[in-house]
Amino acid sequence: MKAPKFNYIRAESRQQALELLDQLGEDGRILAGGQSLMPTLNMRLSQPDTLIDINKVSDLSGITLEHNVVRIGAMTRHVEVANSPIIAEHLPLIAEAMGHVAHHAVRNRGTIGGSIALADPAAEMPACVLALGATLVVESVKGRREIAATDYFKGLYETARAANELLVEILIPVEKSGDVSVFLELAQRHGDFAMAGLACVARVSNRSFEDLRLVYFGSEDRPTLGASAIAAVVGQTWSAECKEAAANALANDLDPMTNLQGSAAMKLHLQKVLTGRALDAAIERAEAA
Amino acid sequence: MNKETPITLLDKPNSYVGRTLSRDAAKRAVAGRGRYTDDIMPARTLHAAFVRSPYGHAKILSIDVEAAKQQQGVALVMTGAELAKMCTGPWVGTLVCFDGMKSEPQHPMAVDRACWQGEPVVMVVATSRAEAEDAAELVTVEYEELPVVIDKETALDPGTPIIHPNLGDNLAFEKTIETGDVEKAVAEADIVIEDTFTFGRHTAVSLEPRALLAEYDPGTERLTIHTSSQCPHMIQAVFARTLGVPEHNVRIVAPDVGGSFGLKIHTFGDEIAATAAAIKLARPVKFIADRLESFATDIHARENRVKGRIAVTKEGIITSLDIDVRSGAGAYSQYPRTSVFEANQILNITGGPYAHENYRASTQVVYLNKVPTSQYRAVGHPIGNTVGESLVDQAAVACGVDPMEFRRRNVMRDDSYPRISAAGIEMRDLSHQQCLETLVERMGYDALLEEQAEYRKKGVQRGIGIAAFIKGTAPGPAGYYGAGGAPISSQDSCTIKLEPSGGVICMVGVTDQGQGVDTVMGQIAAATLGVPIESVRVIEGDTDAVPYGGGTYASRATAIGGEATYQAAMKLRAEILEIAGVLLQAEPDTLDILNGHVVDKGDTGSRISLAEIGRIGHFQVAELPNHIQHTLSATYRFRLKDALYIFTNGIQGAYVEVDTDTGFIKLLNHWVIEDCGRVINPQLADEQVRGGCVQGLGGALYEECVYDGAGQLQNATLADYLVPMAGEMPDIEVAHIQTHTGVSELGAKGVGESGTGAAPAVVMNAVNDAIRPFGGKVTAQPMSPETILKALGKV
Amino acid sequence: MMSEATLEISLTVNGEQVTKTVPVRQHLVDFLRNELGYTGSHLGCEHGVCGACSVRVDDAVIRGCLMLAVQADGAEVVTVEGLTETGEIADLQKNFVERNAMQCGYCTPGMLMTAAELLRDPKPVSRDEIRGHLSGNFCRCTGYHAIVDAVETTINTRLEEG
Repeated sequence: MKAPKFNYIRAESRQQALELLDQLGEDGRILAGGQSLMPTLNMRLSQPDTLIDINKVSDLSGITLEHNVVRIGAMTRHVEVANSPIIAEHLPLIAEAMGHVAHHAVRNRGTIGGSIALADPAAEMPACVLALGATLVVESVKGRREIAATDYFKGLYETARAANELLVEILIPVEKSGDVSVFLELAQRHGDFAMAGLACVARVSNRSFEDLRLVYFGSEDRPTLGASAIAAVVGQTWSAECKEAAANALANDLDPMTNLQGSAAMKLHLQKVLTGRALDAAIERAEAA
Repeated sequence: MNKETPITLLDKPNSYVGRTLSRDAAKRAVAGRGRYTDDIMPARTLHAAFVRSPYGHAKILSIDVEAAKQQQGVALVMTGAELAKMCTGPWVGTLVCFDGMKSEPQHPMAVDRACWQGEPVVMVVATSRAEAEDAAELVTVEYEELPVVIDKETALDPGTPIIHPNLGDNLAFEKTIETGDVEKAVAEADIVIEDTFTFGRHTAVSLEPRALLAEYDPGTERLTIHTSSQCPHMIQAVFARTLGVPEHNVRIVAPDVGGSFGLKIHTFGDEIAATAAAIKLARPVKFIADRLESFATDIHARENRVKGRIAVTKEGIITSLDIDVRSGAGAYSQYPRTSVFEANQILNITGGPYAHENYRASTQVVYLNKVPTSQYRAVGHPIGNTVGESLVDQAAVACGVDPMEFRRRNVMRDDSYPRISAAGIEMRDLSHQQCLETLVERMGYDALLEEQAEYRKKGVQRGIGIAAFIKGTAPGPAGYYGAGGAPISSQDSCTIKLEPSGGVICMVGVTDQGQGVDTVMGQIAAATLGVPIESVRVIEGDTDAVPYGGGTYASRATAIGGEATYQAAMKLRAEILEIAGVLLQAEPDTLDILNGHVVDKGDTGSRISLAEIGRIGHFQVAELPNHIQHTLSATYRFRLKDALYIFTNGIQGAYVEVDTDTGFIKLLNHWVIEDCGRVINPQLADEQVRGGCVQGLGGALYEECVYDGAGQLQNATLADYLVPMAGEMPDIEVAHIQTHTGVSELGAKGVGESGTGAAPAVVMNAVNDAIRPFGGKVTAQPMSPETILKALGKV
Repeated sequence: MMSEATLEISLTVNGEQVTKTVPVRQHLVDFLRNELGYTGSHLGCEHGVCGACSVRVDDAVIRGCLMLAVQADGAEVVTVEGLTETGEIADLQKNFVERNAMQCGYCTPGMLMTAAELLRDPKPVSRDEIRGHLSGNFCRCTGYHAIVDAVETTINTRLEEG
């Protein structure tokens, strides 16, 4: 399993990377963390003409907080996100999700931007950024574009980023004071691709949900908002009936994929279970706060 | 109460035998100084890659290699037809002991027809693996797809295509054994339980894949192969015969082997091809199977469906057991060990711990357009033990008898040996009762039952599982390989020598893959001879350097190789004492050897050192009288006389928690009480059991080679074929009962596969115990979350 | 047909400065093994799952099969051979040997490399946490129990000795 031949260019600057992307079009592939791209190369599942390595581009990583928005450079490694005090304090949903992202060694190289650009349906970060109402910022030689997360994830491995655009940063409004978040994932083994997962952000008051975002991943072709489930819950006092109503409504939101991990029916069932557990946890966390 | 052989040298105080000692190989491993086949890099080595069939079944219409041959770095491109010309054969994977067995002859690379997805079709040899793969992409093969046979249940149906028309049908082998009168027992029984069990297909997933480095010197006509194999002598025999190189000119060396588990007792066509290239090109040729091709060509195993039925009295006594096994082999019967062994073993061992007298077991092994199957760790035992132990549990529940008590009532008594099991196998020196009572104590069984009840009240479903088992180890020549006609040795040898400076060289035909065979042989030799272990060097894995042997398979190394080592060391010891007697003017039987020195028996003062005996014996022979014709070297060959195997026994316990909403299983605790006879190195024996258990748990919970209807393997990566990782596995408590086998003086039996043989059984019993209150039951492995949820009616 | 693109790289491996021209498609472990003879790092899957290839690059443990050698230009690479030479994990290695925390040894360099991360700033950890940390390193031989024992013993001893 040795990679096929390709050309390799180490981009020295963001501008150079953008120019290369523009020139090469479909013939060029961005090499960021490599944790998803390299396996496909080693297995000869992809045969790009040229790899554009952006690891040495210095201004694409880093985590800052400006006016209640956390700005994360696309090349920020997962390990940096996991260890960041800014993330821990202001985006606890992401902090909670990081433990599920692959393994230690993969988190040392893999990047948050890479995960979002690839949009693997089982990935954690796309679900988190959708749940948090993030904005994805892409750049090309033509300029900068900001894309709301709700408009970003189009389909299976399909995003709104054009072939000549580079994802450069992710802007995420801080989780509001008083909000709680819960991240749950079911995988057969630590670090495996999720069979089912849920990123939940909620505003709870007196055991009732004033506001709620439920984003499902692992079962769908892209991170999916559970609009009907949310509608069944918002404004209600949390109860066993409410839990059941949310579970029943979920069938309207989700269209799980049958694959090696299990049938669509099983995945829907798991997402219902996770919904109940996430909302129970949200209530508990709100009461503890 | 342990039944032991009379006190021997091995039982002296502070004996190396029975002691935990570290392995020398471990010190190399932690420093990154292992030497695996791929670490050996002779100058001008070429690398092989293969074009493999993308189809489950297809005619090969044409092959165009011209573009590939032109590629930079390519030294050779060879088709299956060209390779066939360099080989004798083709291989036919049958053994005469399997009556009526049939197999289509198999070429090392496909010639007219590819019969499984992954079968090698063309070999490319180039200066690097990457270049070989580049060139392989330029080979064009025109295929005509043929119908595939994928489902073992319908493989023998009239409408199903026949994979090999010459065979007349897809049946590889069928067999029935019968003792007593099963139908009568069933008719008269108070309770009869029937069930059907299915087992997914597995592959070994050794972390180091198959690896071979072949070098041929045309001047001396010597073929030297370094290969990650458990059985160097068998490789020597098969490769010599297949490639037409005189056997005595073939040297096989097994360097460090990065995991094997039975995978590496087999021979593979791509390895023959790479060796043929080395002969043709007179340059070293290396073939390392990458992970993707490992999934598609390493032998598979375990694909079986078993219908089972147990008949019991209302007092909870088993009167009869019968099973029917439909076994899914691959496209050919694997040469030379066959693909029918696993099914045959299931017949031999199901219900093995129990004293029932009525038994019927039948099997049909069928060909499928899948990777060929053959022996893989614990061969058949995970299946037979699961079936037997699940039926036993279900019978216990139906009788209202606690599962541990039910087994207590039915296991063969410890004082009832030798005896013949219902399957017709001789059992001796077993300890089911003692193992059971030890498990009860170690598990804290009664307290565990109470704890389980407390958790249930809180809505948490925990399950307790038990699985008693037998395990066939250390086969003898009267059995399959010998009587069957395979070029595989069931005897094993040791040559042991005293060196001039008093060191001891111990050369054995059994091999080490990290389990510590070399350390164990060293312990036996040192204890027997009376020398410090540091002065003993064990040599294994090189056909140029060791006496003929069978290597390691079927947990035979300590039992067979160990006895050979013990007896050889006894012979050398006798010679040393004879020489000492002459030099010291004493009777040899008044002397002993302690710490490398000859002493008076019962005393500790040195009369003469072994170094001195070595010096005189090798350099100053004239100091001895002319009638002393010593060699300071002894060889002993050991084998079982009549028995097919040395059977062992044990019992496992498992405590699990099942999340009945998600179907996820958490493994809380695991216990193994087993009897492998005399334990030479307790730590190594324990670790074999632990590793074996986890390998079995992988199969029970996660592992399955998934094929679609077109014969395409769907999950041929480590991301999709799930092996057990640290995060999900339990701590495993191990204890040994030591009932020495009477077939050898050493008294050791095999232990390497016992964990694997019953771990799937015990964990399935635990899961079923957890979900039984909900009317749930699983009888399929792997027990994925979906199977649990389906059993609970939630999906 | 594309020709083999190569690049010259300069890096430090186990404390030694190395300059070589390599094919751009060659991954780091093939470079270490085949060009430099550091055969201690192993390949088990080449798709980043088994962990046998784990090496340290610029002070972080990574999957060597998922990094191109050319990406290590200017980097500091440490393999199991380097770790052994500096003695950084001599206690862990000794405990591995005593506890027999390996059998075939093929996963061991990667396992040590990963476990070493837990030792760099030792904190009390549970066995479950150790298992979680090692959950990306496949071992087929030991069943992990002995490995967890050896790591636990080492951490506890380091904590005791301050």
